[in-house]
Amino acid sequence: MTAETMSIFSPKVSARFDALVEKYPVRRSALVPMLLYAQDEIGYLSDAVIAEVARRIGITELDVRNVATYYSMLRFKPAGKYNVQVCTNISCMLRGAYDVFEKFQDELRVGHKGVTPDGVFSLEEVECIGACCWAPAIQVNYDFHDDLTPDSVPGILAQYRQKSEGQKNA
Amino acid sequence: MADVTFTVDGKKLTAPAGTLLIEACRKAGIEIPAFCYYPGLSLQAACRMCVVRQEKVPKLQTACTTTVAEGQVFTTESPEIAQARKATIELLLGNHPLDCPVCDAGGECELQDMTFKYGAGESLMVDAKRHRDEQQWSPAVFYDRPRCILCYRCTRVCGEGMDVWALGIQNRGVTSVISPDGGDQLDCEQCGMCIDICPVGALTSGSYRYKTRPWEMNHVSTVCTHCGDGCKVTLGIRQSSDGSEIIRADNRDKSGINGDFLCAKGRFGFDFVENTERLTAPLVRNAQGKLERVSWEHAFRVAASKLKEIRDTRGGAAIGVIGSNHTTNEENYLLQKFARTVLQTSNVDHERTTDYVAFARALAGHKEKSAGLRDIANAPAILLIGGDPTNEHPLLAWTIRTNVRLNRARLYVANHRQIKLERQAKATLRIPSGGYGRIAKYLSAKDSTLSDPAFREALLAEESLLVIFGEEYRGSAVDELVAWGLTLPNVRFSYLGDYSNSRGAADMGLLPDRLPGYVPVSAVEKFRDEYPGLPATIGLNQSQMLSSAAGGSLAALLIVGANPLEAENLDLNSLKNKFVVVLDMFLTETAAAADVVFPAASLYEKTGTVTNTYGDLQLVRKAADKPGVKPDFEILVRLASSMGADVKRLVPFGKNVVKADLGQSRGAQSGEADRHAVWLVANGLEPKLSPFDPLALLDEIERLVPAYKLDRLNLFGGNEVRTEPGFVPVSALTSSGPDLVKPSHNGLFTSGTLGRYSKGIRDLEKHQAETKQEAVAG
Repeated sequence: MTAETMSIFSPKVSARFDALVEKYPVRRSALVPMLLYAQDEIGYLSDAVIAEVARRIGITELDVRNVATYYSMLRFKPAGKYNVQVCTNISCMLRGAYDVFEKFQDELRVGHKGVTPDGVFSLEEVECIGACCWAPAIQVNYDFHDDLTPDSVPGILAQYRQKSEGQKNA
Repeated sequence: MADVTFTVDGKKLTAPAGTLLIEACRKAGIEIPAFCYYPGLSLQAACRMCVVRQEKVPKLQTACTTTVAEGQVFTTESPEIAQARKATIELLLGNHPLDCPVCDAGGECELQDMTFKYGAGESLMVDAKRHRDEQQWSPAVFYDRPRCILCYRCTRVCGEGMDVWALGIQNRGVTSVISPDGGDQLDCEQCGMCIDICPVGALTSGSYRYKTRPWEMNHVSTVCTHCGDGCKVTLGIRQSSDGSEIIRADNRDKSGINGDFLCAKGRFGFDFVENTERLTAPLVRNAQGKLERVSWEHAFRVAASKLKEIRDTRGGAAIGVIGSNHTTNEENYLLQKFARTVLQTSNVDHERTTDYVAFARALAGHKEKSAGLRDIANAPAILLIGGDPTNEHPLLAWTIRTNVRLNRARLYVANHRQIKLERQAKATLRIPSGGYGRIAKYLSAKDSTLSDPAFREALLAEESLLVIFGEEYRGSAVDELVAWGLTLPNVRFSYLGDYSNSRGAADMGLLPDRLPGYVPVSAVEKFRDEYPGLPATIGLNQSQMLSSAAGGSLAALLIVGANPLEAENLDLNSLKNKFVVVLDMFLTETAAAADVVFPAASLYEKTGTVTNTYGDLQLVRKAADKPGVKPDFEILVRLASSMGADVKRLVPFGKNVVKADLGQSRGAQSGEADRHAVWLVANGLEPKLSPFDPLALLDEIERLVPAYKLDRLNLFGGNEVRTEPGFVPVSALTSSGPDLVKPSHNGLFTSGTLGRYSKGIRDLEKHQAETKQEAVAG
């Protein structure tokens, strides 16, 4: 089997990786972007992801882990379908981010880095997401919700739960 | 680069431009502390201990990354700098467990020393310490995260130094940990370099941990007994109830040709000394046919009377002598002298794993053409043909890697299979298995079957070349290769062989057709004075001796430190009805078939010299002491004496034989007892008052072995001394059975018969086999 057919990634991502490793003067420069794309597609950095990325770049799996473990946004366990990331850095904190975070914990019945039993939601307390002007802000996957109060939490969750069920029924 | 002058602490220093400040200062005797800086490894600048003040620079600078330039002014000690270093230590101690009273490194810990010096005795930290349980990564390596100060020395020495890259750093900031490549296991060469290089007690050794306090040990610098590279090894020894035991082996004092390098065998393979199967009393076969413990006197009486009887009734030719690859030069020399003059036989041989005879013949008369390890460390270009240094010659592999990394040496590899050193190679030539004979022709452009002109052209463009070749070369192939090499202007050669003193065994004449120094047995004039009654016939070689003992005329065998029954794959009963005397540490297959077995001391329990495969001669010093054993040298002398031989002719000792200076020539040295002793030893004048002093033979070896013209001051100072095969006269040499040479190809965790008795290296071998299996399965 060729390297292409053994890939755990979709043809589109595979093609993107093929281009990425050639793009930089040194192949390993492609490592972090590759890990981000891989996480988007697979959901987390599984052992298989790490093995394939290492093989594609030509470095050891240990090298990949050395880099990957440095970044808190790269994860090694599956997150929920909707990963709720609550910013608690200074602007958000001053405007009540901890109350929002607590409300999410109460609603979802999970803590920091927790995943709900149905796998729909996961919750994370994160560093600044760059939305200080509209603090407190959260990020759900790549969507932002800002200027929040604890009261806005149930609405946001309901919206995503509905989306999830809609997809399930479809 | 041009020298520049700069000022450090008011002193004017001069160093080549671009030298690291920390190195320039160390050379001038100004110590700048550092945890992460390690000479020869890449720069990390992680620990901030080496900060210094540079004039006109606003912030403190790290001396490990500052390169010196003309006119710079530095301050390395001031209250400001002391405060900065103290603060660094305080931060390091913030999470350090301070379990120094039980830590292996306690007493030889760089963090302890620095804390003592800068006095960070108080801490403003109130946070709970972050504890993690200790992990075992392999039988050799344990990791204790809380003690780790994240200096990255281990990851760099493993990656850059060993080219193994088995250690990494994971996570970030205070949660960072060192992690091994196999998840929670180390899948590597198990060299243990990471343990030695750790400035604290974070990485500890499976064989040493929690055994002793460092200050309870004495340290003896000697030579490793395993492979042919001849690493200096410093043994940590401690008095035990019945002698002294070896606790640890390392080379942190960087003595000798290997610097701080040791492989798994050197570092963990010393434990055979304490193996419970070790023989500790002579054995003699009794009337029931069983080996029985007896007194030394009885064993000597039995062995001597029987050997004497056979010699006197059937002639010396009925006795065979097989020597060892592990015993010292003096013992090998004594053994063949004993065989030739006392037993009156030319049947002398050893287990030949390398064709040193061919090498000596090829280099005879060509001075300064053989390369020692120091030459390899500095050679601008190296051609490696055959061999597998990473597995069979770890120090050679380390030396070449280091040379390539630090000096940009150009390595050319020609091999029939892929070897790891190709990663450092500038060019690689793949040759068919069995195609080594053609290399010389290919290199001189006379063979078209190996068509890679680029490799040849790059090679021939080198102004000087060091040729290292493996045991694939034997007999005339060695001559052809060396003959080709000698057409180049600047060339040197090294020949790779197994075992710690294989080269010495050949050099000392443990050969049926060669006297010491490869002198043919027919040319006996030179030896007449020392060797009365030397038989001038060519004797039987090892396999002839064994087959003759099995069915032919040979009536007795004296076997020293060898296991020919296993090496030659013989029937264990084949020596029945013959009189066999064995000197060994263990009851090997051969010893079990003997009539008399003498328990011999290991290389770590005796004094003498050994010659590594590159021809570097080094001093072996007695480190451990085991009751019930004697060095082979002493056993041979006592055996000769029991046979009624004149011991003084065998070992020149006492003041009538050697010129000994008992103090009358002190002169300028008077009043300085130690310096006087050193001076005497250096000039070969120390009183050799005991027949059991192996060094009493050194004068004779120097006199009779042309290649051994020794610089004694360096030898006794613990440095390696070059032997010079070029001093061997050309006319003296003819061919000598290349087909008898059987390379043993010991790998990282095997060491012939000896390796079987080292639990340390067997455990590592098992660990590596298991991790490989898991990798395949998982």
